[in-house]
Amino acid sequence: MSVSLVLVVLMAVMYACGVYLMLERSMTRVVLGFLLVGNATNILILIMGGRRGLAPILNDGATSGEINDPLPQAFILTAIVITFGVTAFLLALIYRSWRLSRADELEDDPEDLAIAERDAAVQEELRNPDPLDTEVDHLDELAAAHDLGERGEE
Amino acid sequence: MLTALASFALAALIAPTLTRWLGTRVFLLLALVPLGALAHAVWHAPTVLSGTAVVESYEWIPQLHLALNVRMDALSWIMCLVVLGVGALVLIYCTRYFSNDEPALGRFAGHFIAFAGTMYGLVVADDVFLLFMFWEATTIFSYLLIGHYTDRKSSRGAALQALLVTTAGGLAMLVGLVLLAVEAGTTSLAAILAEPQSGALVTTSVILILVGALSKSALVPFHFWLPAAMAAPTPVSAYLHAAAMVKAGIYLIAAMSPAFASTPGWRELLVCVGVLTMLVGGWRALRQQDLKLLLAYGTVSQLGFLTVIVGFGTRDAALAGIALLIAHALYKSTLFLVVGIIDHRTGTRDLRKLSGLGRASPALAIASTLAIASMIGLPPMFGFVAKEAVFTALLESETAIGMVGLIGVVAGSTLTVAYSARFLWGAFARKPAVTAVALHKEPADFLAAPALLSLAGLAFGIVAPTVGYWISGYSENFPAADGRDDYHLALWHGIEPALALSALTLVLGIVLFWKRSAVTSFQKRVPAVINSADGYWKVMRFIDRTAARVTSSTQRGSLPFYLGVILLVFVVAVGTTLVLNAQWPSDLVVWDYPAQLAIAIIMAVAALAAVRASKRFTAVVLVGVTGYGMAVLFALQGAPDLAFTQVLIETVALVAFVLVLRRLPQRIGVAHPRRRRSGLRIGLGVGVGLTMAFVAMISLGSRAHDPISRILADIAYEGGHGTNVVNVTLVDIRGWDTMGELSVIIVAATGVASMVFLDRRTDDLPRPQQLLGRRGFLLRQKPVTEPARPRGRQQSDDSAETRLSWLLAGRTLAPENRSILLEVTVRLLFHSFIVVSLFVLFNGHNGAGGGFAAGLLAGMALVARYLAGGRYELGAAVTIDAGKLLGTGLLLAVGTALVPLFFGANALTSTWAEGDVPLFGQVEFVTSTIFDVGVYLVVIGLVLDVLRSLGGEVDRQQEDEDPATPNEGLDERTRV
Repeated sequence: MSVSLVLVVLMAVMYACGVYLMLERSMTRVVLGFLLVGNATNILILIMGGRRGLAPILNDGATSGEINDPLPQAFILTAIVITFGVTAFLLALIYRSWRLSRADELEDDPEDLAIAERDAAVQEELRNPDPLDTEVDHLDELAAAHDLGERGEE
Repeated sequence: MLTALASFALAALIAPTLTRWLGTRVFLLLALVPLGALAHAVWHAPTVLSGTAVVESYEWIPQLHLALNVRMDALSWIMCLVVLGVGALVLIYCTRYFSNDEPALGRFAGHFIAFAGTMYGLVVADDVFLLFMFWEATTIFSYLLIGHYTDRKSSRGAALQALLVTTAGGLAMLVGLVLLAVEAGTTSLAAILAEPQSGALVTTSVILILVGALSKSALVPFHFWLPAAMAAPTPVSAYLHAAAMVKAGIYLIAAMSPAFASTPGWRELLVCVGVLTMLVGGWRALRQQDLKLLLAYGTVSQLGFLTVIVGFGTRDAALAGIALLIAHALYKSTLFLVVGIIDHRTGTRDLRKLSGLGRASPALAIASTLAIASMIGLPPMFGFVAKEAVFTALLESETAIGMVGLIGVVAGSTLTVAYSARFLWGAFARKPAVTAVALHKEPADFLAAPALLSLAGLAFGIVAPTVGYWISGYSENFPAADGRDDYHLALWHGIEPALALSALTLVLGIVLFWKRSAVTSFQKRVPAVINSADGYWKVMRFIDRTAARVTSSTQRGSLPFYLGVILLVFVVAVGTTLVLNAQWPSDLVVWDYPAQLAIAIIMAVAALAAVRASKRFTAVVLVGVTGYGMAVLFALQGAPDLAFTQVLIETVALVAFVLVLRRLPQRIGVAHPRRRRSGLRIGLGVGVGLTMAFVAMISLGSRAHDPISRILADIAYEGGHGTNVVNVTLVDIRGWDTMGELSVIIVAATGVASMVFLDRRTDDLPRPQQLLGRRGFLLRQKPVTEPARPRGRQQSDDSAETRLSWLLAGRTLAPENRSILLEVTVRLLFHSFIVVSLFVLFNGHNGAGGGFAAGLLAGMALVARYLAGGRYELGAAVTIDAGKLLGTGLLLAVGTALVPLFFGANALTSTWAEGDVPLFGQVEFVTSTIFDVGVYLVVIGLVLDVLRSLGGEVDRQQEDEDPATPNEGLDERTRV
């Protein structure tokens, strides 16, 4: 199969730019990165179609040997429209986020941060056990079971 | 047997309901189930005892070779008697133990009878995996029963501990069972045991199974869960933790012993662990103050005893072991039930607070004394018979390990005598320093179950030879000992070494009890050597800590972090594969045509600039450049439909961006300056880019066959009756793909609307009619004239009052927002756009175009109306709800797919008709065009949803929030 180096390089550059943008915290940049990655992927599919050819419309006297591979084209066509649909959705997300918090930044999930803090709390408790502290239920239950099992041994 | 199992399951299901009606009497009813199963077992006694197993089978999941194979041989039969007999008696005991107002009694009854059923299933299961399932089910029901008092933390903790320990052992056992079943080539326990394999793998699997058995039977180092499990109600302790569940491990050892006792390590492991457990349990029992805990440690000790003798693996040992198992089930459940009664009648189980109970309640004392006599091995109790047999079996083995076992069990029995005496003294004796207990009245039949069990211990002792005959069906699986007769169970064997040993244990035990204060002070000086509970506690803490640490280090809550990890894995995994399979394409050219290079340079520069752009609009436009560049590439590559669609999409997308970004600040990334880890991001971006480049080249290079699309053209023409191959592919050949895509678009469109509208999906675009009042049809055809501006408003152009309006809603805009040029253009072009879009739609099948492009074209017309006239104009242009458009579109597509089914064809099959139509000439119609119309409508719906949400609704919200916008007071004005 024939591969055009220019297209490959272009695709690589667009992937790189897209990924770089998607890793940002600004939602606008993420969406732009998504678009670039989408375009890069369409180029990838286009490359799979091989060398250029006639339009895959048989009216003009084109034969199946001369036309550009129609299957990747069909894929790209759906991909283009889906990319737009998703982009619109992402834009709505940005708008919503902006309306709620006046920010288009991706913030860290507070629940996950809470887990990290809880971990720190557990570490702290294990270092300085406080019998009155009932924050860590599970550990407490085990401790209770432990006490019961060994009750009256002293 | 299967019927019995089903009855157990049914009883468990209806028990809660029945309890609501019957109260505690439900237990009498439930006891009928184990009694029925017991009757079945007794009925089959002649068959089983003559050496023929009773077998039943039911195909369960034939595909997995899983069958409900049950089998009752001599060992299972004895276990059935124990499990069912004790189970029934304990159920009867429950009637008095609980009161009608006990919380969650129905749940308890259900769990209890379900446990009895699974235990029964466990001892009769023949398939090893069925056995394992019952095994784990007993663990789960044990968990539920231990945790019966859900409001007590200690109860929940103990339940969890028992669950974790026994499940951990169970998992080891599962691995062992799988290994064994694979090695033996069958899952039938009987078959595996009939022809035992050997080898390293078998040894490993046997040891793993033993780990499961040891954890279930609470042997060192797993013993700690059993005393903690005493948090359960007493009937549970009596049944699960004395008679039934803890015997499951012993049962499994006994079942495997005939086949695997000669496996290396088997005897050594079991005897050592058993002796150790017996001593540790007895030692700890000696210092318990709580009668129930004393019994619990006693049980641990006795389980060790059982393990030694059952695992020893000779004919005499097997006989002795099973005899001991029966004896233990009888006396230990008696004692637990007695403790339950003591607890009920006196309100305490603490032997320091009990005094004078023996005199107050002689019947209770007699039942206990009988049980204790059996436990310490006093004639004529069955326990005595069993213990004699054990001593003899170990004595006559004449091996080193036999001696270790003998010394161990003699020492252990001494401890048993000591703590038994302590129990009897603690519970019933009159202690001078303690005031005699006051007793609550309890019905006399409360004592029925323990009394019956203790009397059974006596009766079995008297008819010992008969019991011996029952057991011989199992013990004869072992080879007979050379040179001497088999041992027989009997009350009196004459003066022999075993009798002397029994006497020795009694004397030493009594001495230990006599000197109990000295023993206690000695125990205090000896540190606890084996403290598995601490080990368990540390392991649990470690797991908790590790879990929290792993979670907090992987779940950072940062989306860029997650994405980065995903991409990194992608680069590493795919990159490695590519390097290993490098197949370069044969035909590598720099460019297909020179223009490609020029376009590529423009697009690459635009992409790089978009990365660096600090203003939103700049970045959007630069990304747009790459999009338009794509269109040119498509066009030159030979894909006119793609080029056309891409241009339209890019334009609509640009509009959508502008609609949203107008609300956001001009510059991006103010909150997070991009210095942070930008090197990492660049690295990852370049990595992904390079990987994808290699993916592209190597996947082309490794292509071995002609692409399937070679025949696509013919299929499209012959089957789809269209010459535009791409379009026919979309609507016909790969119609399902497109159908899925339409669904995605509908979801996205609905998502956009719901993100912006929040609380309603229905279309509420304002219609000009609402503003002007309803106009008749004829009136609507007249040109719209500008109404007079409200008074008090400055007019820049007075002549506008009678001016004709180009757009319906033009006057709803503030004058400074209007562009007359735009209005005129839109007025002139709108209808042409729609007509052209229809042409593109229907032309698509045989020429350039199609539903996607046509829908976008119509969408563009709507964009133009909105941009020129605002949301009122959009409402005037489309009087149909966007949701209805989307729905109709999907309905048409689905209809095209489904209708052929009614004609016996495959889904999505297309047919065509052609004929002469006046004015149009030769016209042909293909049914897949209807599908394309569906696509057309869905795309219009998407664009409309974007416009009315990100456009119209955002306008409205902006006006609400920011009264300073020029459209202030619009509604009041237009309502005049």
